Amino acid sequence: MLELTADDQSMLHGEQGSAAAAAMKILVAFAKAVGARKLLDIAGAHIDGCLYHGQASLDFVERLIEGGGRVRVPTTLNVGSFDLIHPALVKMPPSQEAPARRLMKAHLELGCQATFTCAPYQTRFRPGFGEQIAWGESNAIVFANSVIGARTNRYGDFIDLCCALTGRAPVWGLHLTENRRGQVLFELINPDLEPSDSLFVSVGLIVGQVSGDRIPVISGLPQPRDEDQLKALGAAAATTGAVALFHAVGITPEANTLEEAFHGMAPDETIRITRADIGQALARLSSVADGASLVAVSLGTPHFSYDEWMRLLPLLREVAPGRGVPIYVNTGRATLTRLQDEGALAGMDAFGLIPVADTCTYVTDILDRLDGVVMTNSGKWAYYAPGNIGVSVAFADMKDCIRSAAVGHVARGTP
Amino acid sequence: MTRSVETGLVERTGTFQLAGEAQGSALVLSQALSFWGGVDVETGDIIDHSHPDLGGNVAGKILVMPSGRGSSSSSSVLAEAIRRGTAPAGIILERPDPILAVGAIVAEFLYEISMPLVVCEIAGIVSGDRIAIDLGEDAQATVSTI
Repeated sequence: MLELTADDQSMLHGEQGSAAAAAMKILVAFAKAVGARKLLDIAGAHIDGCLYHGQASLDFVERLIEGGGRVRVPTTLNVGSFDLIHPALVKMPPSQEAPARRLMKAHLELGCQATFTCAPYQTRFRPGFGEQIAWGESNAIVFANSVIGARTNRYGDFIDLCCALTGRAPVWGLHLTENRRGQVLFELINPDLEPSDSLFVSVGLIVGQVSGDRIPVISGLPQPRDEDQLKALGAAAATTGAVALFHAVGITPEANTLEEAFHGMAPDETIRITRADIGQALARLSSVADGASLVAVSLGTPHFSYDEWMRLLPLLREVAPGRGVPIYVNTGRATLTRLQDEGALAGMDAFGLIPVADTCTYVTDILDRLDGVVMTNSGKWAYYAPGNIGVSVAFADMKDCIRSAAVGHVARGTP
Repeated sequence: MTRSVETGLVERTGTFQLAGEAQGSALVLSQALSFWGGVDVETGDIIDHSHPDLGGNVAGKILVMPSGRGSSSSSSVLAEAIRRGTAPAGIILERPDPILAVGAIVAEFLYEISMPLVVCEIAGIVSGDRIAIDLGEDAQATVSTI
């Protein structure tokens, strides 16, 4: 049985408007389906509802607006199908553009924040350790749980918005301490692994593939340079598997020790990751060999952080690629605004740089050319783009992506 | 519970994830099907190439399977299929599924079309059986072969 508070009941019975009633009704059914006994208060929500999947997506939000719906907690929005900052970048027929834009704007009328980013943890709405939240978007979920230690399940379609409109979530899964225990141990057995960006991507790919929806614990991972490397690991793990939380011993906040990560229990399974496994996982991300001619570079999946920009911009000046191969960089509009305010992007278009905000180059029609190879430093982009937009992909570290753009073909491992 | 009656009619009691009444021909899947990436919303065709029932069609059927599966985007796909009339007439699962429940409830809220979602024992139901889902006592679901 699901126990509801007086306020939950009041929403359910329509005393707080028809939108709150609908949201609570859906939430109650969901809570029953997952076997929750109660609901809890959430501190924030992140809504993955702005990508247009069909009329039902838009009808749902419009009905909530008509019913006086308003989010009760700070609520961020994931990417949409459109770049509202750079509309000319998106090649979309008007019949698709109108509902795609409307879906994004409609969420604002419910009181959501116009973040339009898959990396809400890079915004001022970043949650704190131990906070209960209801987030959609797989990379954001795994980042919040693992890197920050906030608590969310894998919320998605409709239900994330129902949580935001009611300020409530079912008490189950990763909201509860006992369910955050590590289950599968991944040991990196080579002690001298360099903390390269690719290493974190490859470990994420392997961990996701083997873990499925179990909670992985990674030992032997070198200290990351910054949280962007953990972002890349989590995004890759949530791509090849349904990973919502990982622990990295000595790195992530709920895994100071192996014992803490497993809550003092033994792992259900132990997997060893060798240097060869890492090489194989990365090789599978590229469908072309070195020397293949490039049509674009795409960086920033998940959205490029300010720190990543601070590494990219000097690299662009140093390597100075021409305009021949466009370098698309997906980023949050707040990060973009900060860079523009600082004048950091002035003159960078001469190197082929094209910033993309509010969306991502693999969910909508942005790339100028799709008839060739696109190079990326993102495991997630490399995995999804061939199916989503039909390009061939070469994966490499950012430096190799930029150097390849300069020479016009895939060139990896350059000094 | 399953109960055989003299007529050969089989009746089961189940729990509603979304209440409603429906009748149709059973389509029993041995493996869970993800609506997202698995069902074409324009036709109801099963398009998941790794699924043994690839090429089948769910529209108007009583879809019977052990559980739901996969991405939360299945909620949107099911709601959109219900809107377009390409969804099953009802779904019977062995284990409750939050993602399908959300899709069905949202579609009812938006379009006043109720596609009942029932959790009950599925052993013994065979594809092609005529199945009726009815409202039973105490808001329980009654599933019968007709």
